[in-house]
Amino acid sequence: MDRVDLGGWFLHLLILWFVAIGGPATILPDVQRYVVEVHHLVTNKEFAELYTLAQVAPGPNAMYVTLIGWHVAGLPGVAATTLPLLVPASTLTLLVGHLNERYPNAPLGRAIRRGLAPITIGLMFASATILMRAVNHDWRGYLMTLLTVTVVLLKRWNPLWLLAGGALAGIFGLV
Amino acid sequence: MEQTELSRPRNSALPLFLTFSRITLSGFGGLTFWTRYVLVERERWLTQREFLDLLVLAQLLPGPNALNLTVMVGYRFGRWTGAAAAVAGFLTCPCLVVIGLGVLYEHYGALPQFQRALTGMSIVAAGLLLSFVIKLATVLPRRLLPWLFGALAFVGVGVLRWPLPWVVAALAPWAVAIAWKEQS
Repeated sequence: MDRVDLGGWFLHLLILWFVAIGGPATILPDVQRYVVEVHHLVTNKEFAELYTLAQVAPGPNAMYVTLIGWHVAGLPGVAATTLPLLVPASTLTLLVGHLNERYPNAPLGRAIRRGLAPITIGLMFASATILMRAVNHDWRGYLMTLLTVTVVLLKRWNPLWLLAGGALAGIFGLV
Repeated sequence: MEQTELSRPRNSALPLFLTFSRITLSGFGGLTFWTRYVLVERERWLTQREFLDLLVLAQLLPGPNALNLTVMVGYRFGRWTGAAAAVAGFLTCPCLVVIGLGVLYEHYGALPQFQRALTGMSIVAAGLLLSFVIKLATVLPRRLLPWLFGALAFVGVGVLRWPLPWVVAALAPWAVAIAWKEQS
């Protein structure tokens, strides 16, 4: 394992987050290249395991970078990997949020929101199907996904119960 | 679609902090799902349409989408302090959880039961995401063009697996131009 240059990592992540349109998934290949291939901070297997762990944990999916930071360098690692995430949000997003509240009926803003809404929905549908293919190994997995969709559309149960059910089904080997 | 009246949060900072703490702690498998569930269905701070408007902007901006959404909802209900309170609520608990996970990971690695439970939860999480998209799609206008753009985005990224920035760059200008022409 190389010595950790936290300042360099911080700057690298800062730049990545500013170009990460479309969320954490878009920067994953570059994060992996930086921590595994260039700087040898974690092995490829560790990277995959830490990523999976952060995906199923509560909180933003982007926190997998924080988890790697903790694993590599403790609390300073947490700070160096988490603060860059906040910078675009606290500058650009606040500015756009401000303009959107100030001029909610500005024609350009309306055209952007109305025009892009279907694309956003199409992209999320793509994420859902990619996730389905990644986790469902046979027909029982797809059946359980279908069951989940049906229950959510028909009932107003708290989805946490469904996740607990999924965990039990997994433990007892049903899926 | 809107069966009940909205209840907007009056006093901003504390409710925003607590609500976003709750969202983030329930957030297995995609936080935007839980943000919609809590803000639209449980708290009724936003309508489906308002939520979708903010989500579109949040996805367009760089950085984690759910965090951008948090900033914009916080700003809408409490201006600068609201945005700060919402973000603090959104990130504090996950930071602690992640450190806890890091400690567990170092000590226990991967137990088989733990791994199997994770598999089961991921399958349900995929279903939650799918139902979330179906619910949001109900507010789209019933016309050909919006659905065509949605289908093209899905095929480009989900089926052909092209890089997302390229797909968005190719579709977005046309979609916005058409929406612009329709409203003027």
